[in-house]
Amino acid sequence: MYKYDSYDQEMVDTRVEEFRDQTRRRIDGTLAEEQFRPLRLQNGLYLQLHAYMLRVAVPYGTLSSAQMRMLGDIADKYDRGYGHFTTRQNIQYNWIKLEDAPDILADLATVEMHAIQTSGNCIRNISSDQYAGAAADELIDPRPYAELLRQWSSFHPEFLHLPRKFKIAVIASKTDRAAMRLHDIGIEIVKNPNPENGAGEIGCAFYVGGGMGRTPMIAPLINPFVPLDQLITYAEACLRVYNRYGRRDNKYKARIKILVHELGKEEYTRQVDEEFAHLLTQGIEPPIAELERIIPFFADPPFEAGAADTVDLSDPDFALWVKNNTAAHKQPGYAIATISLKPVAGIPGDASGDQIRLMADLAKQYAFDELRVTHAQNIVLPHVRKADLYTLWQQLDAADLGTANLDTIGDIIACPGLDYCSLANARSIPVAQKIAARFAAQDRLDTIGELKLKISGCINACGHHHAGHIGILGVDRKGVENYQLSLGGSEGADTSLGQITGPGFSEDGVVDAVERATDVYLAKREDGERFLDTYRRIGMAPFKEAIYAPKLTNGEVANG
Amino acid sequence: MVETQFRFRTDEPVADPAVTAESFGEQTNAAAVRLESGDDARVLLPFLDRVRLVEVNFPSFGDGRGYSAARILREAGYAGELRAVGAVFVDQLGHLRRCGFDSFAPEHALDAIDAENAFNRWPDVYQATTDGRQPIWAKRHGTAESA
Repeated sequence: MYKYDSYDQEMVDTRVEEFRDQTRRRIDGTLAEEQFRPLRLQNGLYLQLHAYMLRVAVPYGTLSSAQMRMLGDIADKYDRGYGHFTTRQNIQYNWIKLEDAPDILADLATVEMHAIQTSGNCIRNISSDQYAGAAADELIDPRPYAELLRQWSSFHPEFLHLPRKFKIAVIASKTDRAAMRLHDIGIEIVKNPNPENGAGEIGCAFYVGGGMGRTPMIAPLINPFVPLDQLITYAEACLRVYNRYGRRDNKYKARIKILVHELGKEEYTRQVDEEFAHLLTQGIEPPIAELERIIPFFADPPFEAGAADTVDLSDPDFALWVKNNTAAHKQPGYAIATISLKPVAGIPGDASGDQIRLMADLAKQYAFDELRVTHAQNIVLPHVRKADLYTLWQQLDAADLGTANLDTIGDIIACPGLDYCSLANARSIPVAQKIAARFAAQDRLDTIGELKLKISGCINACGHHHAGHIGILGVDRKGVENYQLSLGGSEGADTSLGQITGPGFSEDGVVDAVERATDVYLAKREDGERFLDTYRRIGMAPFKEAIYAPKLTNGEVANG
Repeated sequence: MVETQFRFRTDEPVADPAVTAESFGEQTNAAAVRLESGDDARVLLPFLDRVRLVEVNFPSFGDGRGYSAARILREAGYAGELRAVGAVFVDQLGHLRRCGFDSFAPEHALDAIDAENAFNRWPDVYQATTDGRQPIWAKRHGTAESA
């Protein structure tokens, strides 16, 4: 894991002092709320429906157990005993007092954490693959490149007032687990594909102009290979063209995806190349020695050679958890274990202070002191000896953290929705809970298999509904919450955007509609097909027919 | 005209009124120009030998185009006065300075102590710009500072 040196620590400490000063000026009235707003947002502090919400950055989703423990302590000390893990691999607290915010930032700084640029129209927390450094299928650990970008993007003086927020993801695996192409910039670490010129050397493919929100778009590839010693310069060129020409007249058209779309990929790329050629003369790239300084922080932990590669699966509940919630590790004898934060009656992504501290302790004991937050709002223990899995699972299970539903219809992504968020048009959490309850039977989850269901409470799409195999979007229809259903989205290597089925539903109606969609899948699937595969093969029509068929058992199908 | 509240230069300020970027090319005796946030700073590059003052207007706190305009001018070697005018507030000052601004004419005068704190806030910086400060990566590796 990356460790701050005195410079990194000084930057974070300085930020705490700056924010303390800004808060003082707000409280004494020197700063009007209108001026304070963009400043507090760049510290992740939102004014929500009931209180301030503070979003804490978890760079590329990686945490040590000491950091995780602090997150649990903050939940108890300053919030109501809970934290909420988000789709940007961060954590947010929903019941914060303004006057406490500087102290929380100071507490975070003691464990090398912060809330820098977790909101506002600036470069946000850099996200990455939650299995980085552990996955059997990655080219290289992508996190050193994410850390290099983290430092470059922190307090970048030119890019703190962009037209709109700006999200960057870095991955190094063809199995994209970070929804890379749905980011403003998606970077994939690749080997140089050009045999003429240094084939096999490591560099970056740049995808620019993806995003969700009101106008979802999949980022096009604008440069298949940027050498590592030009990574920062190229990113700066991408941002400068956006800062100068991104639309500022309409916040719904202000993301870079609209600029790339309106200019066309070729013209945007041409402008970036021109700016890049200029910036290469400016000496803004850190030396390769800086990357070489960062890389060893992410070296493999001391794995035990020859650790047993078999697991005793005689306990059926444990066997199910192993099947659903563990993934292949690059090291024989080890596994990647995911802790589901989606128990049936729970709030997706929520964990109590006690649960957070327990996960910290388990990481220390069984996972070389490391945890990851996933964009699906779960927690990963990246390096667990297979021999320890059973004991680990027993302790998780006793704390309501052993739900074996990863990537099933029970593993729902949901934004906070109208229960907390001032932007929301509809509630997300109760819909998630009703769907989870409807499909609670474990054999039902297992029969349906992989099905990614994602719920957003407004068009900003924080719940990633466009990328759900089944997506649900809550809207306000003449003062009544209404839910639109979409099918066929995906965020993996085969990224696609969901298509709306038709007229929307009431809260209960959409739960029925989801069930009907899964019934169609179960009736039509061929061997080995996931829900998404069946949908792609047979298309929307059979689903639509079933979803909107009048059914006597309940009359919830709305007429739109 | 709003007064310049902070100035980090020792030369005599240009007294000429600033003309628009659009007319600057023809006004061959003009030495001061004003860029609106939608103007392309690069239109001034052919005339840098006679420009002595560039005012960059910030129509609102959130309009960040002027930061890029400033860097573009400095990167092209412009050494005259670069003045931020309009919606300029305390918490922007340090970042504006990093992008190359060396004078400030906020539409509402700023508290002098708050402003001084803001100018001196960051003992170190992560990025290289043309302001001559050594970025942290250069200090870590003893690399010569950038242009």
